[in-house]
Amino acid sequence: MGWAIALHGGAGDIPLTLPTERRVPREAALRHCLQIGVDALKAHKSALDVVELVVRELENNPHFNAGRGSVLTSGGTVEMEACIMDGNTKRCGAVSGLTTVVNAISLARLVMEKTPHIYLAFDGAEKFAREQGVENVDSSHFITPENIERLKQAKEANRVQMVGRIGDTPIIGAGTYANNLCAVSATGKGEAIIRGTVARDVAALMEFKGLSLKEAAAYVVEESVPRGNVGLVAVSAKGEVTMPFNTTGMFRACATEDGYSEIEIWPSVQN
Amino acid sequence: MGRWAIAVHGGAGVDPNLPQQRQEEAKLLLTRCLNLGISALRSDRSAIDVVELVVRELESDPLFNSGRGSALTAKGTAEMEASIMDGHGRRCGAVSGLTTVKNPVSLARLVMDKSPHSYLAFSGAEEFARQQGVEVVDNEYFITEENLGMLKLAKEANTIVFDYRIPVAGLETCSAGVESPLLMNGLPISVYSPETVGCVVVDSEGRCAAATSTGGLMNKMSGRIGDSPLIGAGTYACNICGVSCTGEGEAIIRGTLAREVAAVMEYKGLDLQEAVDYVIKERLDEGQAGLIAVSNKGEVACGFNTTGMFRGFATEDGFMEVGIWE
Repeated sequence: MGWAIALHGGAGDIPLTLPTERRVPREAALRHCLQIGVDALKAHKSALDVVELVVRELENNPHFNAGRGSVLTSGGTVEMEACIMDGNTKRCGAVSGLTTVVNAISLARLVMEKTPHIYLAFDGAEKFAREQGVENVDSSHFITPENIERLKQAKEANRVQMVGRIGDTPIIGAGTYANNLCAVSATGKGEAIIRGTVARDVAALMEFKGLSLKEAAAYVVEESVPRGNVGLVAVSAKGEVTMPFNTTGMFRACATEDGYSEIEIWPSVQN
Repeated sequence: MGRWAIAVHGGAGVDPNLPQQRQEEAKLLLTRCLNLGISALRSDRSAIDVVELVVRELESDPLFNSGRGSALTAKGTAEMEASIMDGHGRRCGAVSGLTTVKNPVSLARLVMDKSPHSYLAFSGAEEFARQQGVEVVDNEYFITEENLGMLKLAKEANTIVFDYRIPVAGLETCSAGVESPLLMNGLPISVYSPETVGCVVVDSEGRCAAATSTGGLMNKMSGRIGDSPLIGAGTYACNICGVSCTGEGEAIIRGTLAREVAAVMEYKGLDLQEAVDYVIKERLDEGQAGLIAVSNKGEVACGFNTTGMFRGFATEDGFMEVGIWE
């Protein structure tokens, strides 16, 4: 038994030839966010506090698709979503369609703690953000030159995110899940993750089939979701950690109390 | 060839004092929807077509809380959501925050069939509806006199009333506002009446499908999303079964209720009714909810821990039942 932490910055077709100037800042961000989490755990902050803290940091970093640096909709706007779940109580909160809230994850936590609901979206979520007095900024804060360029390429390839699209991230059981056995955050092609109820399935395999964390996560990634579509990070109540993916790569980092630590993008061992 | 089966629901958590006339109306509607589904199944329509067809009928009738007859937001508008899932291929579509789309379930189907996404919401979903040319109406179409009355009551009680709807004419007889020993979402059952709708079907080729549609909570804040559009929570279908849930949305989301039925069948080897019983007993925590389910073998099952659930079932061998109470 001991603490463990894993975080990700997205899975997908990350080319092995990713230019150094794009790779290095992302590795640095992973290291930085991991360190913040480890320090908080060493200071005995709760798991719920630590996930919020670390995801805020990832949102603030422009190199990942969350908060500042969010991928743009077909309309060139940002529409951010987030979800948080406390495995101890199975309480949870989620938000979608945010355009001005600096830290979507913190609003998700407020939905969990301050409303009778779990999930608020679009104008209603923005209105709730105002009521709660969370930090908000002009939408332009979230838009990076890299993502403007990416949208242009996506439009050329006719592969854009429609306005109003909700992905797996805010959906309990799809992108996010935690209970008393484990906690899971998935990333990749949202539609595949939704239909695979990926995060809950890792927990369900542990709960109903008695698989270990690693076995359960590997099963979901290998059997439940088509290749190239998903990655996930997961921890168990026993302090184990696993980070499988079936995409080219996944920005990821983890650490455990016994001193193990990993910061990677591509498969660490070629199978 | 397998055997087809169909189940429909109009919500779980019914006021024990619900006027008799209203109970009869609900049973008639459930029967009409079952018959519609049965004749479609006899004409070899696929499970996914049948769940859409039946839920459209439930949405178009003002009796239950979906489409016309939806519960109203604090602003007095209808804001609807729905989802649909085809167990064959585990394809799915969902919509939230609709204000003009006559049949949300059909737009959910179009999200599944015609968009690269699984879930569209609010203005983006409305825009998609326009592109697809589905029937749209003014928001007033969805708003009934009864619901305006209930919204007023909800506002007077200064509370969000969860998924409820009872006829204004019946208020005196069902004692809205009077202390009741039965509570749902902290509210007396007399003012709680969920009436989200759903349908699950297995067709004679063993394909399962599920669909769920709702107006959500009376006096809800605009932007609140419940369990109905969430795949794995309110709705789920795979090659083993199809499930549609209703009740306290937050408990259903936390419990990933619809997926749980399938998960315990798949991973624990339970049969359909065992799975439904297990999920209602073990996976709801303090929450109250109900669900209907079909298996690929042509079985139907229902479970709820609420007082009553509007529901109906039929199977190919001639079994047909419509009920409200235990």
